[in-house]
Amino acid sequence: MAAKKTERLLNLVICLLATRRYLSVQEIREAVPGYTEDGPTEEAFRRMFERDKAELRELGIPLETGSLTAAFDDEPGYRIARRDYELPELVLEPDEAAALGLAARLWQSAPLAGATGSALLKIRAAGVDAPEASGALEPRVGASEPAFEPCLQAVRDRQVVRFGYRAMGRTAPEDREVEPWGVVSWRGRWYLVGHDRVRGQERVFRLSRVVGTVAAVGEPGAVVVPDGVDLRALVARTAADAPVTTARVRLRAGAGWALRREATATTPDGEGWDVVEVGYSDPERFADRVTGYGADALVLSPQDARDAVVRRLRALVDA
Amino acid sequence: MSGSQAHLPRLLALVPYLLARPGAHVAEVAEVFGVSEKRLRADLDLLWVCGLPGHGPGDLIDLELSGDTVTLFEPAGVTRPLRLTVDEALALVVALRALAETPGLDERDAVDRVLAKVERVAGAAARSADRVEVALADEAAVLPVVQDALDRGRLLHLSYHVAARDETTERDVDPMRLLLVEGRSYLEAWCRRAEGVRLFRLDRVEGAQVLEAPAAPPAAAEQRDLSEGLFQPSPEHTLVTLALRPGAHWVADYHPCETVEQGEDGELVVGLRTPATEWVRRLALRLGAQGRVLAPATLATQVRDDARAALSAYGP
Repeated sequence: MAAKKTERLLNLVICLLATRRYLSVQEIREAVPGYTEDGPTEEAFRRMFERDKAELRELGIPLETGSLTAAFDDEPGYRIARRDYELPELVLEPDEAAALGLAARLWQSAPLAGATGSALLKIRAAGVDAPEASGALEPRVGASEPAFEPCLQAVRDRQVVRFGYRAMGRTAPEDREVEPWGVVSWRGRWYLVGHDRVRGQERVFRLSRVVGTVAAVGEPGAVVVPDGVDLRALVARTAADAPVTTARVRLRAGAGWALRREATATTPDGEGWDVVEVGYSDPERFADRVTGYGADALVLSPQDARDAVVRRLRALVDA
Repeated sequence: MSGSQAHLPRLLALVPYLLARPGAHVAEVAEVFGVSEKRLRADLDLLWVCGLPGHGPGDLIDLELSGDTVTLFEPAGVTRPLRLTVDEALALVVALRALAETPGLDERDAVDRVLAKVERVAGAAARSADRVEVALADEAAVLPVVQDALDRGRLLHLSYHVAARDETTERDVDPMRLLLVEGRSYLEAWCRRAEGVRLFRLDRVEGAQVLEAPAAPPAAAEQRDLSEGLFQPSPEHTLVTLALRPGAHWVADYHPCETVEQGEDGELVVGLRTPATEWVRRLALRLGAQGRVLAPATLATQVRDDARAALSAYGP
């Protein structure tokens, strides 16, 4: 049955590609064997043809609709314009084909991995041979967040989305309605950038914090991405948070490598200890970084960062 | 995709593919198209009965199977593959753009050229690629040195920071390959000190020197299969159980967990395997009230002792 359907669809594509003028539905019915065999009723044939049209369009086949005669506004006819259907001429040098092969291996997960695979197949069908990439460097990008696929689709279709989002440090997810501008992979994590309709502001959402399903709302094409939006810069600002204050931390010699690396000043402080100065923006996040060093690190100032560390330690001692 | 939805695109690509390669080997074609040879032969049988309206002998797709090879003579008008869909153009263009700005990539020039060509043939379909971006990794200062060792096949000396122990180590390694995974660059190498294959995060390499000796990873050194992710837990590793309050739920996203269960009061109870528990100790300290070590008990005690020692420095 499935093979029969594929056969019918293939014959339909061949038929519509071959015609220059629009073919009426009846002409198509007579020309494509699958529509005449088993003698379906007119109604059954119409339903079948509607489904087939939808399927071809879903595959990206440019099915054109036009009037059969100039004089009458009657039933439309169909054809596939060759120039819209065919992949344009593409000739690749061997090193370019190898680079393409490397790019094709970048995506680690669906849906992008699948889309790259079928794109590559079309390019190979155009006569390009893609050898195995030989480069020593192998970039890989995954997208395991369940919210990734619906968000990518919403970005592609410029459609508003609604989802539950668990903000940093919150227990309960909150409902968000977002006009998506783009998705960005930043340091191995995916983010959605867009206009948060509830808050009336541009916002960056980490996709791993999306709870439950992402629902598309309203019509495709409704979202207007403002000119000059720098998606990556917006994500970088959220993800990196630029320092606004400087902390002084007493570190045991040899310990606290990550803090030392960022230190703007390091001064010895007695036998086997140093005092380093490190910038931060949020005392809680800064405490996250310091507390792991245990007794090897002591925040001297400011008070808010000191308190944040003490709170973590006391909770553990009192537990 | 349903059967026919994947099947039709395959056939539409198969016809021009064969047209461009007379005498192609059936087995090779099957591999390129990701199907079994049997399946491919069924596809060829199907093509055989399809063609232009009229479906007379001159109208059908004509091909000849002779032994292991196939030659297509008549494509019935399907001479070129279908254009790229929006999803295909997006996936390919975004991947190429990400590659184009990857630091240390030898093929940069070729990537730029193929990107321009793909963007041209994709046309309007590539438009939404502007709204998907991938920032792979920051430029690592040691990258040129590591790349040089790989290119010339030399032994490499690393001063490498082991974050779990907050300690810098010195070691000689036989470089195997560079990887960019989940936004970070890694060197995969045979470590002569550990006598095993290790992944070194380039942003934790403090210093690297190319040595005169040639790199010679032993035959037993195998590249890791990264399809399951970077970290592959083993049943021999210690099983650590943590209770995570909402402020620490990110731990379950961040580390591969063997089990994740809903506990009481919005807690998540996760089980993870690790060859060394030192990093869990540091993690538990930073989590404070947001996390608890449930097992092993010795680790829970260590965390409390660490916290007590650290707290005493802050005074009463």
